[in-house]
Amino acid sequence: MIGYLIRRILAAVPVMGVVALFVFLLLRLTPGDPAAILAGDNATPEQLDRIRTSLGLNEPIYIQFYTWVAKLLHGDLGVSLISNKPILEMIGPRLEPSISVALATMILSILVAVPLGVIAAWKHGTWIDRCVMGLSVLGFSVPVFVIGYVLIQVFAIDLRWVPVQGFKSISAGFGPFFERIILPTCTLSFIYVALIARMTRASMLDVLGEDYVRTARAKGISETGVLLRHALRNAAVPVITVIGSGFALLISGVVVTESVFNLPGIGRLTVDAVLARDYPVIQAMILLTSGIYVAVNLLIDLAYTLLDPRIRY
Amino acid sequence: MTTTSSSNVVLDINNLVVGLGRKADAHRIIDDLSLQVREGETLCLVGESGSGKSVTSLTTMGLLQKGTLVPSGGSVKLVGEELLTATDRRLRQLRATRMAMIFQEPMTALNPVVPVGRQIDEVLRAHTDLDARARRQKILAMMEHVRLPDVQRIFSSYPHRLSGGQRQRIMIAMALVLEPKLLIADEPTTALDVTTQKQILTLIRDLQRDHGTAVLFITHDMGVVAEIADRVAVMRHGRLVETGQLQDVLRNPTMEYTRNLLSAVPSLVPRAPRPETKEPVVLEANELSKVYRERSLYGKAREVAAASNVTLTLRKGRTLGIVGESGSGKSTVARCIVRLIDPTSGGVRLVGREISDLSRRLLQPHRQKIQIIFQDPYRSLNPRVTVGESIAEGPVNYGMPRKDALARARELLELVHLPPDAISRYPHQFSGGQRQRIAIARALALDPDVLVADEAVSALDVSVQAQVLNLLDEIQRRLGIALLFITHDLRVAAQICDDVAVMQHGRVVEQGPAAEVLTNPQQAYTRALLEAAPGRGWDFANFRPVSECIVATA
Repeated sequence: MIGYLIRRILAAVPVMGVVALFVFLLLRLTPGDPAAILAGDNATPEQLDRIRTSLGLNEPIYIQFYTWVAKLLHGDLGVSLISNKPILEMIGPRLEPSISVALATMILSILVAVPLGVIAAWKHGTWIDRCVMGLSVLGFSVPVFVIGYVLIQVFAIDLRWVPVQGFKSISAGFGPFFERIILPTCTLSFIYVALIARMTRASMLDVLGEDYVRTARAKGISETGVLLRHALRNAAVPVITVIGSGFALLISGVVVTESVFNLPGIGRLTVDAVLARDYPVIQAMILLTSGIYVAVNLLIDLAYTLLDPRIRY
Repeated sequence: MTTTSSSNVVLDINNLVVGLGRKADAHRIIDDLSLQVREGETLCLVGESGSGKSVTSLTTMGLLQKGTLVPSGGSVKLVGEELLTATDRRLRQLRATRMAMIFQEPMTALNPVVPVGRQIDEVLRAHTDLDARARRQKILAMMEHVRLPDVQRIFSSYPHRLSGGQRQRIMIAMALVLEPKLLIADEPTTALDVTTQKQILTLIRDLQRDHGTAVLFITHDMGVVAEIADRVAVMRHGRLVETGQLQDVLRNPTMEYTRNLLSAVPSLVPRAPRPETKEPVVLEANELSKVYRERSLYGKAREVAAASNVTLTLRKGRTLGIVGESGSGKSTVARCIVRLIDPTSGGVRLVGREISDLSRRLLQPHRQKIQIIFQDPYRSLNPRVTVGESIAEGPVNYGMPRKDALARARELLELVHLPPDAISRYPHQFSGGQRQRIAIARALALDPDVLVADEAVSALDVSVQAQVLNLLDEIQRRLGIALLFITHDLRVAAQICDDVAVMQHGRVVEQGPAAEVLTNPQQAYTRALLEAAPGRGWDFANFRPVSECIVATA
């Protein structure tokens, strides 16, 4: 198991290497002078020179790559062209809101969606099943910002239970932190509940037709035992896959929700950087997002081996 | 039913009706079925697919799919207690304690993600108050009782680590751990090899003798019936055709259907050999080997020889059988010969031309000379393509105009005794036997010199099996085609093959004329295979034991 873990982590290194190369070339291979692209139309020759020197553009390209990677490995992601701040410092404070909301959304979605999916599959074809599937279609089809604003109107403005928007770090106390992430969490959960419930139901329906479920029933164990011990664990692999990729998607940015609730998260940082053509920040965000996806995939694969002994490692 | 003998009746089914759906006029899957199983007795429920055998057993266990199949009349009593009206809760209590069931497919009947010991443990946790230690001891004892080796290790093993026979033993241990009064065995040995089948049948017999369990044994295999039954009940279309003591039913079947069913069972005694011919050799395999290498990035590569140094010769108009148990490499050899997979070494000569080293493109013109029929007719035809298109596809690929190819398809359908209008229908509109005829027509469409049949009749009922075998025989006589027949069933091999090659662990252990190999085997393995063949003491088609048959012909 440990050996497998090490092998998988080592296998992630070349993947990240390719991503780094791609990110590096993104800027260098764009037609024209990178310094000019970076500096924009109204740059003075001095500014261009400064950018060239700071990016090492006068060196041969392989030395540029080497220097860039060496800096990356030391945690130096470069400096933003707009704010002139080190990028690491810009990302740091953005991580907490993004990760908090992503984690809370996933936990809430799983707690709601998995039981819903299991019950829908168990009561396949009945009104319960149809209700769950109907809700799921609703969750898919209503735009996120509509859900967000409705929740704000009801719980923040009419009932005044929670603040309208903003974010407080958990270091400022759990109460203020919690009441600010609860609405964005609920908003995002709609679509993830829909997604996970559907996946759970489909996967459970497959498994409930399996011979070993019939065997379990023939043993005279309770229906809950059949559903949870025998069916759900076998149905879990595709569900875990959806949960994993959903989680990566959530961390790497949910711009609309962040905008609606004025959350200082990763998504908005990325969009701002793209709009301002802040290339070093864009590069850093691509690297970060790829890193998250690689890590989540690794976790999903590990989960497979824990869930299903037939998957060899 | 007489009341005098009812004292030891364990399962009492009376006038049972099971309908497809709740409506009063619903199609009846089980129609007015009555049968009894007594303590210490094995009743074999025999019938072809669709006869309602499994529905009978699932009705008894209360495991019918709710709302789809509905018992609408009659009664099912277990030791006097009515099951049809019992609550779900009561049924759960009865399962495993009073009645237990083992299923056909040991590969899928166990939960793949739970160790087998824990799966047996669940039965004890659900139905007893024993503590963990007592439960474990009871389970280990039961596992030893069903003759599993190394029980401590197997206790914590996952199902995929065990062989089919071991898994079925686990199922039996699970079913019998609480000593139920009734054991329902639904085709428990059908998916197993003959040698394993024999062991499992002996095990069930012994356990029954020790515990006095009543056994309802469902099977389609007359050989198995002859091995295990005390009494036999024959079912057809959901109705009971005939019931009686084993000897009576096998010797003097009263109903026409039972007679036909028994007559269709192929005999283990090989058919009269056909004279040797000097026809040209159409297929030769020389020292054919297939080795699977499992590469891993860091570890050592593992090698598995699925076939090694297999040498076979097949002449025009003859039938060569490859027999052996699962994993013996017979299908690997067939697939190498047809070049569906590439052999690792050795040669294949097809009509005088070496094809084992040809590239895919160069092989193309030779493909039409050798065609294959697969085991499962339900999966080997594309469900979205009409039968005519499926048959015509091959000739069209080889340049025949579509119109001519469809005309040829019509001729071929006639040859395999299907109506000409079958051409525009889809596979799902045909039965298993008909689909296998379509598969044969498809294979013949290219006028091959060699036809490879890979377990082509294994999925079919005996009566249909007999028809398909007759058809293959007829086609061979008419077209002079050579047949390479892969089967695990020695009875089938005895009736269709001129020569047989017996395979074990990827090697041919014995080869020769069928009449010799199957009556006077030289190798221990061939002898073991023949001895394990169920019902080998019976000549079913002539309604008598083989011993009498020898006396009669002597």
